[in-house]
Amino acid sequence: MFGYYLDLALRSLRRNKALTVLMVLAIALGIGASMTTLTVLHVLSGDPLPGRSDTLYYPQIDPRDDSGQMPGEEPPEQVTLIDGLNLLHAKRADRQALMTGGYVPVQSDSAVVDPFYVEARFTTADFFPMFGAPFRYGRGWNAFDDETRARDVVINGELNGRLFGGADSVGRTLRIADTRFRIVGVLDDWAPNPHFYDLNTGSFGRTEQVFVPLQTAMGLKLERHGSNDCWGKGAGGVGRIYPGESCVWLQFWVQLDSAAKVAAYEQFLVHYSQEQKALGRFVRPPNVRLRNVMQWLAHEKVVPDDVRLQTGLAFGFLLVCLVNTIGLMLAKFMRRAADLGVRRALGASKRSLFAQLLVESGVVGIVGGVGGLLLAGLGLWAVRQRPSSYAALAHLDGSMLLVTFALALGSTLVAGMLPAWRACQVPPALQLKSN
Amino acid sequence: MTLHPILAALRKHKAGVVLIAMQIALTLAIVCNAVFIIGQRIERVNRPTGLDESNLFLVTQQWVGAPGEDVPGGVDKLDAMQLEDLAALRQLPDVVSVAPINSMPLLDSSWNGAIATKPGDTQFRGKSVTRTTYYFSDEQVLPTLGVRLVAGRAFNAGDVVHQGFRDQRDPDIAILTKALADKLFPDGAVGKAVYLNGGNKPVTVIGVVERMQVPYAGGGDEVAWNSTLIPARLNANFARYAVRTKPGRLDDVMRAVMPALYKVNPMRVLDDDSVRSFGEIRDKAYRADLGMAILMGVVCLILLCVTAAGIVGLTSFWVGQRHRQIGVRRALGARKIDILHYFQIENLLIAGTGVVIGVLLAVGLNQWLMSHYEMTRIPVLYVLTGVLAMLAIGQAAVFVPARRASNVPPVVATRAV
Repeated sequence: MFGYYLDLALRSLRRNKALTVLMVLAIALGIGASMTTLTVLHVLSGDPLPGRSDTLYYPQIDPRDDSGQMPGEEPPEQVTLIDGLNLLHAKRADRQALMTGGYVPVQSDSAVVDPFYVEARFTTADFFPMFGAPFRYGRGWNAFDDETRARDVVINGELNGRLFGGADSVGRTLRIADTRFRIVGVLDDWAPNPHFYDLNTGSFGRTEQVFVPLQTAMGLKLERHGSNDCWGKGAGGVGRIYPGESCVWLQFWVQLDSAAKVAAYEQFLVHYSQEQKALGRFVRPPNVRLRNVMQWLAHEKVVPDDVRLQTGLAFGFLLVCLVNTIGLMLAKFMRRAADLGVRRALGASKRSLFAQLLVESGVVGIVGGVGGLLLAGLGLWAVRQRPSSYAALAHLDGSMLLVTFALALGSTLVAGMLPAWRACQVPPALQLKSN
Repeated sequence: MTLHPILAALRKHKAGVVLIAMQIALTLAIVCNAVFIIGQRIERVNRPTGLDESNLFLVTQQWVGAPGEDVPGGVDKLDAMQLEDLAALRQLPDVVSVAPINSMPLLDSSWNGAIATKPGDTQFRGKSVTRTTYYFSDEQVLPTLGVRLVAGRAFNAGDVVHQGFRDQRDPDIAILTKALADKLFPDGAVGKAVYLNGGNKPVTVIGVVERMQVPYAGGGDEVAWNSTLIPARLNANFARYAVRTKPGRLDDVMRAVMPALYKVNPMRVLDDDSVRSFGEIRDKAYRADLGMAILMGVVCLILLCVTAAGIVGLTSFWVGQRHRQIGVRRALGARKIDILHYFQIENLLIAGTGVVIGVLLAVGLNQWLMSHYEMTRIPVLYVLTGVLAMLAIGQAAVFVPARRASNVPPVVATRAV
């Protein structure tokens, strides 16, 4: 029967070519637009470290003075150097790392390449195992190297390719701001998106090319790059290269493997705040937060509002296209009420009429869905040509492909079911009589 | 013509009528809000910066191996390097003036703080404190940027000091924008004292400029013009220079900058992004806004086309379905124009219902957007224009099938189906 219904459907669709094209195009445009925007939204709100992100937490404490205090105020988004080092040395979490961004001139040991500036991250030993950064060669430094201010550096694959032609460069020398560093590790391709551990240096499409132990970098006064927020009159002062004591400018991340440890760590942060208040460093009552990666990204609203608006707009568009198709399909089926009445009178059940009509609307839906998929591909290509920071990330992945098919199928069923159901309610006798 | 037969006929097509009215309502709601968003973006993009934007460009450069600000004499050495650069740029042919500056309107790199009429005040309450952006530059800043002085005096060479980039000392004097001055001192700011970032040192306002936008392009009107000019060269291992050229000589001067600066000192990083005209800076700042406006515009256009095509399609079906009845009416004496009017009024009724629901949806959607995004209340004018446009599109779409209907000959009535 299916072959016959398909034949009938194609005949019927051919009879009103312009209308068929309109219906297919409407569904294709609706699905194409929704899928393009949904994919961008999906990419931007994605998990930067799947499988790891739910054990990574971002502690916040409140070391500010009491000027401009508001009830229920969020603590600062970063930590001061003193608090960062205190929390780092307390080692209350399974792993912990303190970090800030940097911007440094680098040169290889052969010095045939002129120095150029790259983005850097000044951090501590646990950064690599905690964030699961994969090494192509060598490994990271350890906590002892942090304290002894070892001149060790980890570089990423891109810089390794540029300076050393991609060869194993472990043990070789990298000159950073005219200081010799020993390369201890080379990272594989690794660029978590969003750049969750420091959103101040751009949320998407950012990656550092060199990783230097924090205290080594500070000892050498390497230039930092990022945001700082100060209170009182503590913004640095004459001759200071790093922000002062009453400034927050570092990020501190911890790994907590169980819910009990999370609760305990939050308690620890409260105790730490109380202790600092007793010492006179903190003024405000304890005000702490402990968010995991996804909570932190949601709190920081990393997905641009424009992307959400575009997605909403596209789905509104899809809705109008669907209503449009339903209306047209319904009018078309109702027009054929006489044919359907004859079929009913000749013994066809409502079910078989329904099946016949559903095949017809199904053809429109599937062709529209395929068209939508092509349009989504085109739309994403167009997004990638745009100059936004996340442009290069806009690709259709497996799960989004599935969603597209589900959307196409769902739209088709909705667009086909209602008119088909409505049309097969035709009483057989009435239609025969009227002629 | 009475409405009664039309209403009676519509009752026979309930589902179709409901669907087309719903489509019109949704289209109206979406298009109204989208056009409103487009309008807001375009308004933002067209905001004047207060600068004379033509014949102006910016050089951003970085020295390699420059002394640090914290080594003894480092700041003085850095300032000497900056003065050498400025002298070289000022000597270039076709250059009108050059000023060192820490940032520019729309550049998205800023130094912000609080400015108050009382010492030690940083609480953003009342009218005595507000947010401001600081621009650090020298005595050539106003002619270079093309900013107009409206009160007091401009900086002179004797006012200009130099300091390390991270040195947060307060200046002696400052120039405010009119927006900022009016906020703090409604009865004239020149000669009055302001206090920066909660400090206790009085800073004398010596002049007021008409308008100068802050570096952040996305700011609302309440902060967009709050700029403070400070007469100081900031010394760091990088520097920015604003350059004004003679009319029409912009490209030539921009090409001459790199060799001239390399000649002064080759140990620096200058790349393609280092020399940018103000036009490029403006384009980059508003690229996302324009992209969004274009995208929304295209979607609206397609949406209207789909809805119009839907009306054409549906009415065509109804015309086909009523072929015989139309013939009967014609045979009974109805004129062509009566048939045409019948379909036009029918469409007006459906579209009228649609737009009434659509207005409610549009306002509801606007409310929802206001609660979730930075959005203001949609002006009645937008909704009214949307309503009229929707009705006009409905009438335009229905015209072709309605005329086909009016061309049905009366003889159809006598034929069997």
